[in-house]
This record gives sequence, C-alpha cells and structure tokens, in this order.
Amino acid sequence: MGPTGSGKTLLLESLAGLVRPDSGTVVVDGRSITALPPEKRSMGLVYQDHALFPNLSVFDNIVYGQRYHGIDRHEGKRYAVELMDMLDISALADRYPENLSGGEKQRTALARALACKPAIVLLDEPLSSLDPQFREGLRRNLKRLHEATEAIFFMVTHDFVDALSLADRAAVIREGKIEQIGDTADIFHRPVTTFIADFVGMKNIFPATPDNGLRELTHAAVRHRGVPFDGSGHIALRPEDISLAPDNTHPHTMAGLPGTVRTIVREGFTWLAVVACSGVEIVARIDQRSLLNGVIQEGRTVYVGLDPENMHYIPKLPG
Amino acid sequence: MQQRSQTGALLTGLRCLPDFAFRAWVLVSAGLVLLYIFGPLTHALLAPEWSVFLETLKDREVLRSIGLSLYTSAMAACIALVFGTPLAYVLARKQFYGKKLVESIIDLPIMIPHPVVGIVLLSVAGRNHPFGELLQSVGITLMGTVTGIVAVLVFVGMPFFVNTVKAGIEGVPERYENVSRSLGADRRATFFRILLPLTWRYLLVGMIMCMARALSEFGAIVIVAYHPMVAPVLMYERFTAYGLTYSQPVAVLLILVSLVFFLFLRVVSQPDRRQR
Repeated sequence: MGPTGSGKTLLLESLAGLVRPDSGTVVVDGRSITALPPEKRSMGLVYQDHALFPNLSVFDNIVYGQRYHGIDRHEGKRYAVELMDMLDISALADRYPENLSGGEKQRTALARALACKPAIVLLDEPLSSLDPQFREGLRRNLKRLHEATEAIFFMVTHDFVDALSLADRAAVIREGKIEQIGDTADIFHRPVTTFIADFVGMKNIFPATPDNGLRELTHAAVRHRGVPFDGSGHIALRPEDISLAPDNTHPHTMAGLPGTVRTIVREGFTWLAVVACSGVEIVARIDQRSLLNGVIQEGRTVYVGLDPENMHYIPKLPG
Repeated sequence: MQQRSQTGALLTGLRCLPDFAFRAWVLVSAGLVLLYIFGPLTHALLAPEWSVFLETLKDREVLRSIGLSLYTSAMAACIALVFGTPLAYVLARKQFYGKKLVESIIDLPIMIPHPVVGIVLLSVAGRNHPFGELLQSVGITLMGTVTGIVAVLVFVGMPFFVNTVKAGIEGVPERYENVSRSLGADRRATFFRILLPLTWRYLLVGMIMCMARALSEFGAIVIVAYHPMVAPVLMYERFTAYGLTYSQPVAVLLILVSLVFFLFLRVVSQPDRRQR
C-alpha cells in the first residue's frame, strides 16, 4: 500500500513482466523469472480499469487465457461457470463489456484472471473505482475467492483498510521505496516511520521531546517500546485510543490530562474532536452519544485519557 | 516580446467579433470550400455530350486503362497492408531513439514532386545500380511494366496507409494487449485475437487512403511506365491529341467508378451504432 504515484502500478507491471526493470531481479519461489515474457509467468493481472476485451462477450473474456494454461475446453467451461456463480455474474455471460456496470466489469475481470488457475493474481487497486456500497461486497468476494482458489493474491492499494481486512502480510511503498514489510497487524500497530503512522490512521503524531506536557506518558511509551530514549523520534496515537470525559474518570490504565475542545469535525459516520491539551493538539474520535448529550462541546473543558500502551514510539531512523 | 503582444492584440480583436459574425465566417468558409471542390467536379460530370460519353463507355482502350488503374492501385493497397501494418504497429506502440526522424522519412513521399519519384525509382532499379542489377537478374524491370507502376504506387501510397493505421492502433489502449499477454497469449495470438478485431476498420480505411492516392497518381507513372496506360495517362494523351471533348468522358467514367468504389468501402468500414 502507498499513496498515489508511489510506484505501485509500476511494481505490479514489473512483476507481470510488462515493464522491463533497469536493474534487479524478480524471484518467485526461489526461481528468477526476470527474463521470462509475460505470457510465461502464470500471473493473472486485474487492472483498476478492468480492461475487458470489447470485442468479446463476458464468457469469452473469462475463458480467453485458459487454452494457454493447459486447461481443456470442457474443464475450462465448467470452471468458468463455477467462478461466475461465485461472483454472481452468471446472468451476464453473453453480454458485452460496454453493457456492464463498473462492479460487473470488475467481477468479470477477476473471473478472467482466475479462470486460468494462475499461481499468483495481481490486483491493481481493485476497490478504488467502486462506489462505497459495493466495496464491502467485493472485499467479501475477494476473501472468498482467495480461500477457494490456491492462488496467492498480490494487491496494491492506497487504502489501508483494504489491507487490514484482506491481507496477512503487507508492505508500505512510498516514492518508489519500500518503507516497511511485515504482518499487516504489525504495520498497523507498530509503524516504523511517521509517514506510515499517518497512513495507517494514527492522526496524532508529535515529536517525542522530553519537555512537552506529555512527558510522563512519553517516557512510559518509550519504556513500553523497550528502546533507549535519546530525546528524538515521535509519538503516534490513534484517535480511537483516546478517551474524552468531562471529568477525570478514566480507567486506571490511563492518565487524564485537562484540555479544551477546540473544534469538532465530522468524519464519515463519526466525529473527531480536536482538543488542545498540554501544549499539543490531540485528535480524538467521539461517538454520536457523547456529542448528542452535550458532554463534548466546543470550548468546553474535557479530560483526555491516554494509555501509554497505545502510544506508539517511533525512534528516529538512522541517516 | 513585441511579437507576442501583436499576436495577442490580434487574437483579442478576433475574440471581440460578435457571435453572428463568427458563425457567418464558419458558414461562408465551409460553403466556399465545398463549392470549390464540387463545382469543377460537377461541371466535369455534366459537360460531356451523351453520345460521346456512350462511345467512351464502349471504347476498349478506355475500359482497359480504367481496369489497369484499379488493378494496380488495389495491388499497391494490398502490399501496403502486408508490409505497412507491422511498421504502423511499431510506430504506434514503441518509443525509440530517432522515432521522429523515421516518421518524417515516411512522410517524404508525400512531399517529393511526382516526376522525381519516378526518376529516383528508375535509377535505383536501373542497370547502373547494384540493386537494379540484382532485380534484373531475376527478371524484374520497372520501366514500362505493370510492376513498375505498382512499385511507384506503393511508394506514394504507403505513407497514407501507415499514418492512418498508426493513428488507429494508437486509439486502442495498450492495456488490452498487456492483459492478453498476462493471460498467457503470446504476441502473435494477441495480435490476431485482440488487436486485429479492434483495428480492422482502420486497416480498411488505410487501404482506401492508399488506393485513393494511387488512383490519382500521374507524374511518377509517366516517367516510369507511360505504357501500359493507366487512366490518368490515357486522359492526358487524349487531351493533348484530341482536346477536352474526348478526354472528359474518360475523366467522368473514372470519377464515377471511384465514387462508387469508395462509397462502398466507407459503408463497410463504418461501425454500426451499437459497436460505437
């Protein structure tokens, strides 16, 4: 995952063999495939804009590549029908791509890649072009397909929620370089750079200077991380891990600090409260109830509950 | 700096033209252009006397020359199809050092005066040139032969074919070919299963362009092969020998035949509403 323009599509195309790398190798399963042309790599590619062949029907699109993978017509047709059932596009078999909706095209493109039983399926931001209400459906489909087939799914996306819900392992790419690789949960909870922290939704990132108002908590966070503290680095914290209360009644694991609510911003179905506290601005997520019963209001004093275990310390990177 | 302000002032002035004046300019210009093309053609079509026209229709020499024109132009178009399509594909898809130069070279036949084309081709294929000697050793001569005519027509018609097909292929997203290859189809299969079905209309239009250019060629053919006579050459000879009266019917016949032929090809190459 990474922001737009970081090189995700280029990476995908290099893996598929459509773009020749200037240097380096592509190794799959211990074998170097850098010299192999795309047609010999057994990698299905699903582009963000589907790229269905306009001159072929949905069914013909799906079975297009089967003949090159040693799948005979009979078995191929049977498998294609099975995939169409799984993706709920059986009724569209004779339609042409220009008569399909975005979601239908996306599912057809998926079926087309999977119909060849490839070893690896490359997906280029499959959910980005869909309306929000269809994203959840496609996520479920992808999960089901992944479990049903034996292929490895390799997906690039700019939305970390996709990675969180679908992937066991992930990497973050930025401006052409990989910044972190690991288990998705690891990246989510322990990002190694402030960029990644911001990318995975830690909206509160401040320098871990020992003399800011969060000093005790900072030290506790660093201790929790188990690394020596030299006054550099950052602290990162999720809005969801912060508790706001009108009085200092927080669970004992949390320290309560007084602050003033600066502004309340809506974000999707929840709200974010920006609180000035101990010389920093903290962004906390609040639910509808707290908002409705007037507990949290602009200008009011609130107590910010912070748990050092949720405060992630990011050491300064060497060089 | 001064030049820019002058152009800017001109454009500002033009932009101030009231809307109706702009529309009038559009209409009048379009009308004039169409009149300029149709006027002389209509006159040419209506001028010949009916009896002379009928006689021309029965004239074997006329029919043979028109047949030869059509045959050689069609041959040139077919050769352009077979040899020009790969070039058009490379130009449409690949970037390489010197590409602009190559594209300019392909456009050269359009600019060279036609007699020069004929002279150049003759000298290359003639006895004093190593390539010409090679050709003559296998029995190929250009001077005064149908082969020579076709060679000339391929030379002048190729740019039209290549440029049309190149633009057509550029209009097909390369993604389709990428996906096809990622699904296991090699370049050959991708070409025939995806590219060709999506671009065959451009190939046809390219052939039409090439053939249209070839049918009207005169200057180069006169140098290379005055005989056997293609229609434009026959017209010229009849004009110099007998005058307008006896050359006009030949022109009319050629125009009519071409019109019908190209109309037919245009209709066939037009996509129906659904596919567009």
